This record gives sequence, C-alpha cells and structure tokens, in this order.
Amino acid sequence: MAASLDVNGKTVSVQAEPDTPLLWVLRDELGLTGTKFGCGLAQCGACTVHVNGDPVRSCVTPIAALSGAKITTIEGLGGAHPLQQAWVKLDVPQCGYCQSGQIMSAAALLAASRTPSDEDIDAAMGGNICRCGAYQRIRAAIKEAATSTAAPVVAAPPAAKQAQVEADVDEAISAASGATSRVQRGEVR
Amino acid sequence: MNRPLDRNGFSRREVVVGAVVVGGALSVGCSPADLMSAGSKVEVGAFGPFIRFEPDGFVTVISKHVEFGQGSHAGLAAIVAEELDADWTKVRVEQSPANAKLYGNGALGAQLTGGSSAISNSWEQLRKAGAGARAMFVEAAANRWNVPAGEIVVRDGVLTHASGKTAAFADLMADAAKVTPPASPALKDPKTFTLIGTDRVRRKDAQAKSDGSARYTQDVHLPDMLTAMVAHAPRFGGKVEGFDADAARKVAGVVDVFEIPTGVAVVARSTWAARLGREALNVRWDEGKAEKRGSAEIAVAFRDLATGQGATDQKWESFGAKGDAAAAAGGSDAFEAVYEFPYLAHATMEPMNCVAIVDGSHVRLVHGSQGQTLDQLNAAKIVGTLPGSVEVETLFAGGSFGRRATFTSDYVAECVHVAKKVGGGKPVKLVWTREDDMRAGYYRPLVVHAVRVTLDKDGLPATWRHRIVSQSIMKDSPMPSKGVDQTAVEGAMDSPYLKATPVVDAQVAFPEVGVPVLWWRSVGATHTAFVMEHTIEQLARKAGKDPVEYRRALYAKAGANRHLAALDLAVEKAGPTASAGWTRGVAVHESFGSVVAQVAEVKLVDGAPRVGRVVTAIDCGTAVSPDQIAAQMEGGTCYGLSATLYGEITLTEGAVDQSNFDTYRVLRIGEAPAVETHIVPSAAPPSGVGEPGTPVIGPAVANALLALSGQPTARLPLVRSV
Repeated sequence: MAASLDVNGKTVSVQAEPDTPLLWVLRDELGLTGTKFGCGLAQCGACTVHVNGDPVRSCVTPIAALSGAKITTIEGLGGAHPLQQAWVKLDVPQCGYCQSGQIMSAAALLAASRTPSDEDIDAAMGGNICRCGAYQRIRAAIKEAATSTAAPVVAAPPAAKQAQVEADVDEAISAASGATSRVQRGEVR
Repeated sequence: MNRPLDRNGFSRREVVVGAVVVGGALSVGCSPADLMSAGSKVEVGAFGPFIRFEPDGFVTVISKHVEFGQGSHAGLAAIVAEELDADWTKVRVEQSPANAKLYGNGALGAQLTGGSSAISNSWEQLRKAGAGARAMFVEAAANRWNVPAGEIVVRDGVLTHASGKTAAFADLMADAAKVTPPASPALKDPKTFTLIGTDRVRRKDAQAKSDGSARYTQDVHLPDMLTAMVAHAPRFGGKVEGFDADAARKVAGVVDVFEIPTGVAVVARSTWAARLGREALNVRWDEGKAEKRGSAEIAVAFRDLATGQGATDQKWESFGAKGDAAAAAGGSDAFEAVYEFPYLAHATMEPMNCVAIVDGSHVRLVHGSQGQTLDQLNAAKIVGTLPGSVEVETLFAGGSFGRRATFTSDYVAECVHVAKKVGGGKPVKLVWTREDDMRAGYYRPLVVHAVRVTLDKDGLPATWRHRIVSQSIMKDSPMPSKGVDQTAVEGAMDSPYLKATPVVDAQVAFPEVGVPVLWWRSVGATHTAFVMEHTIEQLARKAGKDPVEYRRALYAKAGANRHLAALDLAVEKAGPTASAGWTRGVAVHESFGSVVAQVAEVKLVDGAPRVGRVVTAIDCGTAVSPDQIAAQMEGGTCYGLSATLYGEITLTEGAVDQSNFDTYRVLRIGEAPAVETHIVPSAAPPSGVGEPGTPVIGPAVANALLALSGQPTARLPLVRSV
C-alpha cells in the first residue's frame, strides 16, 4: 500500500506495507543505499538514521511509525558535514560499511552536545559496531568535528516534539515488530 | 623435512594454483594462468594493465586486489605514483577485472587477495609499471622538445626542461603511448622516495565511505533484479528432504521457490519480501549425514588426542623434530599446559552476498570478490563454461578477514545456482541475513594445543614437546597440500623459541569434523601466537627471569634479530612504568613476514579485563603507507581483542548456538584500546600488514593477567558471553 514519508527534506510516496522496516524502504524503494543492513535486530547500528534529529535503527522501525516525521539519512548530511570532513581528514573508514551509521549516531550526539566527553561518546556510539576496529579514529574524529568551527551540525528538534516522536515510534515498533522490537534507543542517547 | 615459510609467508602457493584442476581441463603447453583466464577478454592500454592516463590529467591506477578495509588501494596507488612521479592528488584507483594472467597474485598464482600479500606481491610489479610509464613520457617529451632525455625532470605529473619547456602527462599522453615500453626500466633509489613512507599516502575512498556513496554488493540494484534468500539446513551436512512452499509463494513479492544444492531458495522482488517468504517456508531436512556433535564434545575429543588419551589410530604429522624425541617426553619438573581455542565467526559488517547474472554460457558476477579466480572457476563449473566467460566486477567488500575466499566460493556458487535457475540474463542478488552469516558456516577451527617443556640449568628450554589438534583448513583445497597443513602450525613451527630449543618433538593431528573451517585474520597465528607467547611468559616465571629479558636471550640464541628489534622498540616507546592502576603484558609474534611486538596495559573492571594503552612496534619491511599501517595495527588489535575477550561459536548437537550480535559479542567503542604504532626502520621489501596486528594482543593480555593474578589462561575467550 502507499505511504508518504519525509526523507531528506522531500516528501516521497512509497509502496510498502506499514510493518515494513524503514531500512528496506530506503534501500530497495528509494535507492538510498548509504544506510546499511548489518544485523536486522538493532544490534549493530549500521542502519542508523535520524527521525526528527534522533538516532533510530531503521532495520526495526516500521514505516507506520513515521507519518509526519522528518527522516534524515547519510545522504541528507550533504557530504561536507563537519563529521564527514573529520572522517576524511583522519582516514577513519577501513571497509567503510558501518560508517554511515557511525556518522549518523555521531551527528545526533554533536547536535545534543558540542563538547562530548569520552563517556558521552561511549554512550552515544556504543550501539554502533565496527568490525574493522576503527573505534580509536571514530573517537578522534568526533572530537575533531566538535572543535571545528565549520558549519553547524544538524539541529535537534524541540524536546517536546522529539519526545512525542519517540513515543510514537516505540508504540508502532512494539505493535508491528513484536519480538524484534529491541531498538535500543536508551543506548544511543 | 618441513618447508619453512618464506619471508612473505607464502606457504599456501601450491594450493591456490592447484585450483586450476577445478575446471577439470588441465592441458599441456598451457600455463595455469592461461587456463584460468581462458575465454577472458581484457583490453590492455599502451601503459600496461595497471596504469591509465586520463584526459583530465588524472592517473588511474588499476588494482588487482580487492579493497575490504585493509588500505591496499592506497598503498598500491602510492607505489605507482612514486615511480611515476605523479601528482598524488590526481591519482584515482580502479578495480581490475578478473584475469589471472594479467592480475594474478605473484605469490599465489590465482587472482586472490590474501595472506597479507597485496603490497608485497605487487611491489616490484608496480614499481616497474610506474617507472616504465614514466620513461615513456620522458622519451616522448625528449622527442618533442629535441632535448636529451636525461635533462628532463618529472615532478607531480609535470615534465620540465631547463630551457623552460613544460608539459603535463595529459599533454603528452598520445605521444607517450607510441613509445615502446622499456623492458627493464630503472627504478628509483628508495632513499629518493618522496611519497612512499610519508603520511601523504592517504586512502582514496574515505570521502565515498563517509557520505554513503561507496558501492558495496548490498547496494547493487539493476533493472529487473530479483533478490534471493536461501534456507539452509540447521546442521552442517544436512540435505533437503522436501519442502512446502505454498505459504511462501503467497507472500506478496515472492516470485519463485526452488531447491538448490545448499538448500531452498526464495526469489522475490525485494529483500523484505524474500525474507518474509523464507520465514513462511516449511522445509524438511535429511540430517542422516549431518555433523551432530556439539562443540563441547569436539573439544573433549581434541583434548584427549592432544594429551595422549584419545584414539590410538589417529594419524599424526610432524612439524618439528630435533634431537631425541623420547627426551622431550622425559625429564623431571616439566612445564605442562593445555590450551583450547573455540570456533570463531568472521562476522564482517556486510553479511555475505553476491549478484549474479547467468545468460547462456556467459556469467557476470558483481560482488566484493576476494578470490576472483576461484569464483570464476566455481561459477564456470556450475554453468558449464570457460572460467574466462565469467566476468567479475569487484566492488568494495564490507570486511572479509578471510571469509570471502573459500575453495568452494560457497555463497557465490549459491547465487550462481539461483541465477542459473532464474536464467534469461536476469540479475539475482543473493542476500544472507546476519543469522545466515553466523550459522551457515566457515569458522576459525576449534584448536587444542598441549605443550610440555623442560628447562636447562640456565632456565632456557631444553626440550619442547608440542601437540596441536585442529581441523585442516587445506583439506578442502582442490589440490592436496604437500606436507603438513601449515595453516594449523604456522607461528609454532617457525617460532624462534623452538629454534632456540635443542630437543623438539612437534606434531599435529587433523581429525575429521563436519564443521566448515577457514582462515580467519592471521590464520594459524590466531592460536599459535597465544600458545607460544603465553607459554614463554610462564617459562620465564618458572625460571625466575624477567619476561622481556628471557625473550631477548632466546632471540639472541635463535638469531631472531627482527623479533629483538621490534621488542626493543615497543618496550622503549612504552617507557619504564605502566600507567597508574594498570598492569603490563608483553607479546611478540611474526606472521606474514612481519614481526609485531606489543606492550598492553590491562586492569580488571568488575572482574572483566579492560585494555587501555597498547604500544605496538612492527617491522613490515619498507613502510609504504605509515598511516595505513597504524590503522591496521589499531584495527587488527581490536579484531584480536574482540576474539580474546568474547569470540566463541558453540554448537549444540551440531547446531550453531549463536545467531546475531546479541549472542556473538564483539568489541564496542568503550572497550577499544588506545593503540600507538611505531615502525621499525627497514630497507627490506614490504611484508604483511593486514593480519600481523591481530594475534599479538591475546597473549599480551593473558600475560598481563598472569602478572596481575598469577593465573595463566588455558582457554579463550576470557569472558563467556553465552
């Protein structure tokens, strides 16, 4: 069935059942393949996107939860976001497959805190696995971007609106995905 | 009797070259590379198979090796750019097509990226390619300007003459292409290198891998493409007995359901539909010939064999014999230890996948191919065509760590079977879920070592008895390995500690187990480094010696100068004392031609080991890309630490217990150490970098824990996650 989504500032119409995870709609329907499939269980973070500025694991987020929500994918960061510049400057990626998700989690962190501590980074990035083990450079690049005076990071939405979206997403997930509703939102903020 | 590993660790040569017999058409007067490339058409430009000059002023370096994180694309491009005197900012990297004759690995014959050999096997080849093209441009400029070639200077892609004449590569391309390539171009004196060995050598893919545009197999979308998932037997060796596909066929988007040799394939119009279709499938499995033992039973059987209590008809092969073997079993006050290592999954971030198009006798594969020649041979066999009729477009791979190079091309072959059945030139993308990836096989073998050592009056090893029990990785190779399967004993067989011991009796046994096993980043060293380094630490303690001094004495005795230099550098850079509250452990190991020494600082947090600072020294010959070497030491250390702390695949009655990252725990950012990398200066040719950083952290941590608690480690992982 048809659904309407707001992705990277554009309203798009997609043909998918309401319980289809956002990840597969982004990748298979919209061709936004920067968002990766890694585990399908919200365990690895490769599929992280923003929903109203908040990091969400798109592999377990049904599109039913997203009516009216602003979805941002790695393509929506534009390529020259301070984090992306820092990633290139420090040669963070190895195989690179997890890096879209890493950067989206980091972007949400920087939107919330311009000077994250090591503990903040551990908490915000703990849901993103990198099997190449580029963690040391990910940490360094987040700090590099945090201190850069380049363009502002993606703005966080007003707190009340964000809380409402979180509640909506949680409800829709538990309704639609049953046993796999383990999007670890607590872990990423 | 035992063929030693050469400096580049190319012990697997015969095996992969042996893959030619897969095609079943070995003929006289035809080289293996010819045969493996039969039917292939690759156009080679005027500057050879590795370099193309572009009208926009860029130089394209063609990489025969896949890029799966190890940074080879940057290093290979730098070798060419150095000899060519190209402008590094105007160098691109392109992935070569599949052709063993043009793009075979100089160490392995076949086109394959493995054994940490990408840079080392390309070193001379690409230096000559760069220098040859440079000479062609110089001659073209000399002719055009009517000046002696010797007076022309090339720098950053621009040729100049003292008369004021100047031209860029793009300006001279057409003329240079007409010059006869020199047979043996003069190579630079390494002392004059301006790019190699500097931090200017950076990745060429960092932007694409930071903005989502880098293309992986998972991202391939072609017109009319179908997506397939395959239901596999729960136990290795199980076969399809029958299946009911009615419910699966009713899932919207499912196109077809059929049996292939490895299970039942569901073909659909989207990934999600394929997944829902497979969930709706009901398959009955014939597990009559399946492996039904649990990993605990297998481990007990291996321990019994290693300690002399197992089956007496087990065949043993020697990997080291010096002096009187009976003496190695005798003597009093011996040190004895048994070590056990679990099966490990590679768990790459991108689960296994492949795109295949079968159109009559022509096959096109699009995927992150690690062994293009193997994939060609296996696909050709399925379709009944020549290997060269199998085109391979190699993409970035989302990690491999050895997983994407199997003798059977397992998931690639699976995709070809599906695409063949679909037929008509329709693209098929095979997608494995994380659960498929973790459960459908290929693991680092479960391994048991039993060690017995007696010391001489100076406290140094006098006799060394060593038993290893493991499944053989090379058993499944298309050509039987000559001598012992070195992938199980490398790192022990060539250890300086055995070299320094007068009496050695080292043997290995390979019992049959139906669990598929494979190389896993650093292969034999994943366990031999642990056993040798943790044993030597315990021997030092038994002898009342400082562990670092004890190693130095043994290296001196064995003539292991590179080990000594790496150890000295790591110890020096670590400084005299550990950070407050932390305990140090040291380990040193040579693999893939490189020696790595680490000083790791460890403490216990809530009873679990936490690793902080890790000072690393590596001797990898000439350092082509110091920053990428550091990246591999950082990443390799994390990969090894992840396995040391948590890595374990277990089986219950033959079925794998783990399924995803919730049950197969891996290292996360808060647990990652701070790795400092120091490179031992060397003028030797480059040796391996991708793997040697992995096996050292395990014993370094175990040695720190030994210092901390007095307790040795006899089994990995340190933290049981299930």
